[in-house]
Amino acid sequence: MSAAVNAATAPDLREIEAFLTHEAALLDEARYEDWLGLFAADAWYWVPSQPGQRDPFETVSLMYDDRRLLETRVRRLMQGLLHAQNPRSVATRQVTNAAILETPPGAAVVRSKFAMVEYRRNAQRIFAGSYIHRLVRADGTLKIASKRVNLVNCDAEHGGLVVPF
Amino acid sequence: MPDYSTQSLARLVQPDRVHRNLYTDPAIFALEMERIFERIWIYVGHESQVRNPGDFFATRIGTKPVVMSRHSDGRVYVVHNQCAHRGVQVVAEDSGNAQEFRCCYHGWSYHTDGRIKNIPLRHAYGARVDVNDPKLAMVQVPRVRSYRGFVFASLAPTGPSLEDFLGHIATSLDDMVDRAPDGEIEIAGGVFKHGYDGNWKLYLENLLDAAHPLFVHQSSIEAAKVQDDAVASDGSGEIAIRQMRQNGASYGFWESQVGIWTYPNGHAFLGDYHDDAKLVAAMKDPNFRDYIEALEAKKGKAEAQRILEVRRWNTNIYPNVSFMSQFQQFRVVHPISVDRTVVYTYNFRLKGAPERMFRNTIAFANVVNGTGSLVLTDDLETYGRVGVGLASAGAEWLNIARGADTDMPDAHNGRRGKNSTSEIYLRNMYEAWLHYMTGTKPGLAAAAE
Repeated sequence: MSAAVNAATAPDLREIEAFLTHEAALLDEARYEDWLGLFAADAWYWVPSQPGQRDPFETVSLMYDDRRLLETRVRRLMQGLLHAQNPRSVATRQVTNAAILETPPGAAVVRSKFAMVEYRRNAQRIFAGSYIHRLVRADGTLKIASKRVNLVNCDAEHGGLVVPF
Repeated sequence: MPDYSTQSLARLVQPDRVHRNLYTDPAIFALEMERIFERIWIYVGHESQVRNPGDFFATRIGTKPVVMSRHSDGRVYVVHNQCAHRGVQVVAEDSGNAQEFRCCYHGWSYHTDGRIKNIPLRHAYGARVDVNDPKLAMVQVPRVRSYRGFVFASLAPTGPSLEDFLGHIATSLDDMVDRAPDGEIEIAGGVFKHGYDGNWKLYLENLLDAAHPLFVHQSSIEAAKVQDDAVASDGSGEIAIRQMRQNGASYGFWESQVGIWTYPNGHAFLGDYHDDAKLVAAMKDPNFRDYIEALEAKKGKAEAQRILEVRRWNTNIYPNVSFMSQFQQFRVVHPISVDRTVVYTYNFRLKGAPERMFRNTIAFANVVNGTGSLVLTDDLETYGRVGVGLASAGAEWLNIARGADTDMPDAHNGRRGKNSTSEIYLRNMYEAWLHYMTGTKPGLAAAAE
């Protein structure tokens, strides 16, 4: 166990839960630029299209953004002329059951469960599943090195998915 | 529900406008299923989905559930996904491999070519069931033909051959296959399934519409334009951002550089507006260089060059396919109801191409066909708004006139727009529609002159 080595930098569960709650609040409030600010410089964000999908390179994904594309996604979300968000969605997320799966040096791989309700133009959609965050500490603050979103219905027929999970 | 005579159907389609009922009336939809989807050649699946005996793939012809399978005789069959006993759906999985198809209700089983295999309590039916009756089966679709691995089926026992139906548009399927150094392609990399509350025709129409990106895709164009290219990318984002920027090409480019070609039976293709020279080769992608070498090694330099110079964007095979050969994208349209459509989009892997080149196909699929794409989501929004707008009683007729005065004849019995923003593809699809729905001879475009 590398707990002694990581003691100085590895986040504990309480800090992680606070971080996940904060991230969900930023998304709920549509503060997407602040949300982007949580990600590390070489981070990726991934919503697979298949249950148990192995990688984002050989199989299509509902969303797979390297850091460059994630920036473009966020910039698009902030634009006034975004048809797919006119009118805007209102969403609320609950994050629970956080558990630390691994603690490589200076990092933590965390699985949590989430439910998101998205309301837009008289229709409400429910999404649920698990998040797998890889969190690292950089300059004293936690950053998201990667975030994988496993939707329980990832392989279903969907309408357009615009609001990040 | 209005009852449409041939004359009243014919009045709905005019040279430069169509009636809004074509997108909103359930009676029109029912007739389209009967006279188009259940009569002409419909793309069903690809042979690579049923490579081995027992492999099956469940899909639909129009709204009718069918199963495509590879039987032990090596042939591909398409059968109705329905038990001859009580009409139950027999195959419940999307795909797989089976020794037989067995109904969950009373256990009737079928060979993988649809013939009856076993009926529990057979004796109790006496002479009232005849195991030699071809209808006592998962009934075979009467006509199934493959063109270079693409399987089409027709629910009508007679009609034009697949080759006649495709005509010159078969060259786009050729382009898809010819690009594989080993001359073979296979479906790979998963599938996107997106739905929208709108008519099936809207999807095909949009895929050839060179005048929409500047407006519909404005948000992703603007967001991509100012993206800092120094930010970390594993290649996926790079391809995506190039694609979005190219959507923002000027009207001058769209009008002069792209081209739109149409052919009988509603088929058409849009010329290329950002070929792999812009998205891949210009990146000095070593995989693409290896690919060209592999293609030249297998086909010779001249043939490789000819293949790479075929530059088409989307090709529509009316009424249920739109595909793009340079990045091996293949979209299949499933009409659900007059105001509901689901589209399944697939990717093909080129046999004999460097394995890592498939990553470009996936990255491209994610941005162009992805359910969570920065581009496609604005298209889906637009289809939905068409649906809402058509509920209005304001405009009875929808305009399809753009470029109509300057369309011109072309080789291979085709016609093309003077420039690529012509709506000739709409007029051409409606000419086919009118032909199928009313039995009239094609000639709408000519009549417009």
